[in-house]
Amino acid sequence: MSMRHLIIGATLPSGERADILIDGGIIAEVGSISAPAGATVHDADGLIALPGLVDLHTHLREPGYEQSETVLTGTQAAAAGGFTAVFAMANTFPVADTAGVVEQEASLGRSAGYATVQPIGAVTVGLKGAELAELGAMARSRANVRVFSDDGFCVSDPLLMRRALEYVKAFDGVIAQHAQEPRLTEGAQMNEGVLSGELGLVGWPAVAEESIIARDVLLAEHVGSRLHVCHVSTAGSVEVIRWAKARGIDVTAEVTPHHLLLTEDLIRGYDPRFKVNPPLRRAEDTLALRAALADGTIDIVATDHAPHPVEAKESEWDAAANGMVGLESALSVVHAAVVENGLLDWSDVARVLSETPARIGRLRGQGEAIAAGAAPELTLYDPSASSVFDLDRLAGRSTNSPYLGRTLPGRVVATFHAGYATVIDGRVRPSEETAELAAAANGGIHG
Amino acid sequence: MKHLLGTRELGRDEAIALLDIAEDMAAVQEREVKKLPTLRGKTVVNLFFEDSTRTRISFEAAAKRLSADVINFSAKGSSVSKGESLKDTAQTLQAMGADGVVIRHHASGAPQTLATSGWIDAGVVNAGDGTHEHPTQALLDAFTIRRRLHGASSRGRGLDGVHVVIVGDILHSRVARSNVWLLTTLGAEVELVAPPTLVPVATGAWPARVGYDLDAALAGNPDVVMMLRIQAERMHAAFFPNSREYARTWGLDDARFDRLPPTTMVMHPGPMNRGLEISARAADSPRSTVREQVANGVSVRMAALYMLLSGERGES
Repeated sequence: MSMRHLIIGATLPSGERADILIDGGIIAEVGSISAPAGATVHDADGLIALPGLVDLHTHLREPGYEQSETVLTGTQAAAAGGFTAVFAMANTFPVADTAGVVEQEASLGRSAGYATVQPIGAVTVGLKGAELAELGAMARSRANVRVFSDDGFCVSDPLLMRRALEYVKAFDGVIAQHAQEPRLTEGAQMNEGVLSGELGLVGWPAVAEESIIARDVLLAEHVGSRLHVCHVSTAGSVEVIRWAKARGIDVTAEVTPHHLLLTEDLIRGYDPRFKVNPPLRRAEDTLALRAALADGTIDIVATDHAPHPVEAKESEWDAAANGMVGLESALSVVHAAVVENGLLDWSDVARVLSETPARIGRLRGQGEAIAAGAAPELTLYDPSASSVFDLDRLAGRSTNSPYLGRTLPGRVVATFHAGYATVIDGRVRPSEETAELAAAANGGIHG
Repeated sequence: MKHLLGTRELGRDEAIALLDIAEDMAAVQEREVKKLPTLRGKTVVNLFFEDSTRTRISFEAAAKRLSADVINFSAKGSSVSKGESLKDTAQTLQAMGADGVVIRHHASGAPQTLATSGWIDAGVVNAGDGTHEHPTQALLDAFTIRRRLHGASSRGRGLDGVHVVIVGDILHSRVARSNVWLLTTLGAEVELVAPPTLVPVATGAWPARVGYDLDAALAGNPDVVMMLRIQAERMHAAFFPNSREYARTWGLDDARFDRLPPTTMVMHPGPMNRGLEISARAADSPRSTVREQVANGVSVRMAALYMLLSGERGES
C-alpha cells in the first residue's frame, strides 16, 4: 500500500494545470513531474484538485446515538464528500462537555483514519444553557478544542453568552452560536410566512435568528471577542452580519449547502426529509445567502450533517426529527448553487470549504493551499459529471438526504488524507485498509 | 376522487358535484328508512388521534347510513399513546382491510402523509388536521349557506356574490382555512376579522380581506357571519388580555346581533362558548344555522364517503 501518489494533469483551484506528488507525508512537489519509483499514478485529466475539504459543522452522533451515525461511518461519509477534516458537534450522549469525551472522539477519528476529527466542546454543561462547561480543560486536553457550541440549542441567556465569549479569549477560542431565540420559536415547524399560514404549521420567524445575531455581534464587540454564527438562513441575518463586519466586529458566519439551494416550497407535501433547523426559507433568502457568500459577508459553507434513522423521518411532519445528511452532497450542491451561475470560482470554493473553516477552527495541517510542503490533504472532483443523486452516493449510516432523486452536477473522484487515499475512483476505501494506513501514517509522523 | 385532504385543491365543479350529491343524501334523510345499501361490504375506519365526539359520530352516522361497516379507532388509551407510529397504525388498518380511513390528527399534514406514504391503499378523508384543514366542515358550511339561500333550487349552484365574514381565531383554525379556500372557489367574498395576534403573519396570498374591526365588517351587511370558537388556552399565551376584552371587541353580543339585517345567517362550527364569542340569543335565534349545520354534516359526509368509496376510485 503505497504512500507515494502522483496525480497527473489536475486543474488547480487557480485554473492552472499541474501534476501533484504526495510523498513522505507531505505534498512534495507541484508542477510538471516525472513519475518517481513506487508511486501510484492517478490520471486527473479534467479533474479539479481542491485542498481537502473541512467541515466546521458535523454531527457524528457517537457516543450515544450510534444507530444514526458513528465516528467511523460519519468520517466515511466525509471522505465520500471530499472532506479530510470534520468538526464534531457536541450534542452527543454524554454531551461533549468534558475533556474525557472530546479526547475519546478525537481518538476514534484517528483510528478510523478517514478524516481528522476535531471535537467541538459544549459551551454549557449538558447543553442546558445554565452554567459554563469546562472550556479550559477541553482546550488544554489532547483534543485541543478551540470551537465551542451548544448547537441544537441557542446560548440564549445574554449574560452567559457574554461570559463564554470573554472566557475563551484565554486560549484563542471561538463561540459558534446556534442563533434561535427560544421563546419566539416554541413549537416551531417551518419558516414563518405565507406558506406556514397556509399549511397550518407553527412558524419559525426570521426575527428569532436575526435578533440573536444582532445581540451577539454587539456582545462580541463589547468584550472584544471572536464570534462564529452557525447556519445563517435569512436575508435579514446577512444584513446584520454585513453591518457588524463593516463596523470591524470579529465575526464569522457559515451557511449550509441546503440553505443555498433548497426553499420552503418543498415542504408543501409535508415530506419530513425537508424538515431541518433552521428551516428552509424563501427563495429571496437563498439568493441573499448566495450573494453574501460571494461577497465574503458569509465566510464559509458548513454542512450541518445531521443523520437520523429511518423511523425518525417516517412520520407526520410534527413528529419528525430536524436535520439532513449533507457531507456526501455538499460539494455538488455548492457547485449547483453558486459555481454554475458564476458567483464563485473554484478558488473561492477552496476558500469557503477548506481554507477559512480550518482557520476559524484553528486547525493545523488542514485547509492549506496545494503547494510543495503543504499537508497531504487533497480532493479530486470531476465537475463535468452530472447525475441523479441516489443512495449509492451516501456512505454514512443514515439516508435522510433531501437530494435523493435530484440531478446534481459533479462528483468526488478521490480524497487523500494524511498522504493516503480514503476514496479512490469514487469509492470509499474499506475500513480495515484505512485503519492500517492511518496507523502507519500516525506512526510515521509521530514516531 | 381518491382522497379528500383539503378544499384548497378542490375545483369548483368538483365541489358543486359533491354538494349536489349531499342534496340527494339529505333527501334520503327525510325518508322513513334512512339507509342506503351503497357501501355494503366496505369498511370505514374512524381514526381519531384527537378527541372529537361530534365529528366522529357524524362520520359514523354517515358511513352507517351508507351500510358500510364502521370501526372506531381512538388513539387515546390505545397503543398509539404508547408510542406506536402513524406508519404502524396505518399498516394495521391496511391488514384489516380498511377501504376508507377518516382521520383526525393533531399534526397538520398527517392525512396527506397517510394518503401519500404508500403505507395504506384506503381512501383518506381528512376530518381535521392540526391547524391546516377541515374540508368536510367547510363543505357542510357551504351546503348550509346554499340551502338557506336557494332552498329546493340549490342543485348546480355556487355561492357567487355571497358575502361571508369569519370572526375569531383564524391563526389556529382549520375551519377558517378550509372555508377561505372553498367559499371563494364557489364564488363567495370572504372577509376575516380577528385580533391581529390571531391572524397568520402573512395572508397576502389568501383570497380574503383581513380586518380587525368587527363593527366595521358587520356594517357591510354580510349575508353570513361565522363565529369561531375561542380556546381558553390562547389567553394564557398572550394572544389577548382576557375573555372579557375579547367578548367586548370580537364577540357577537346582543347589540351587534340586533344591528344585523334579518336575512344574515349566523353560523358556528361548534362547540360554542356562549357569552364569549357568541351570545345565547344569537346562537338560539332562527337566524342561527347551528343545528342545521349538524344535520347537514351527516349528508355532506355521506356524499364524501360515497365519492371516495363507491365504484372505481379515480386518480385524484
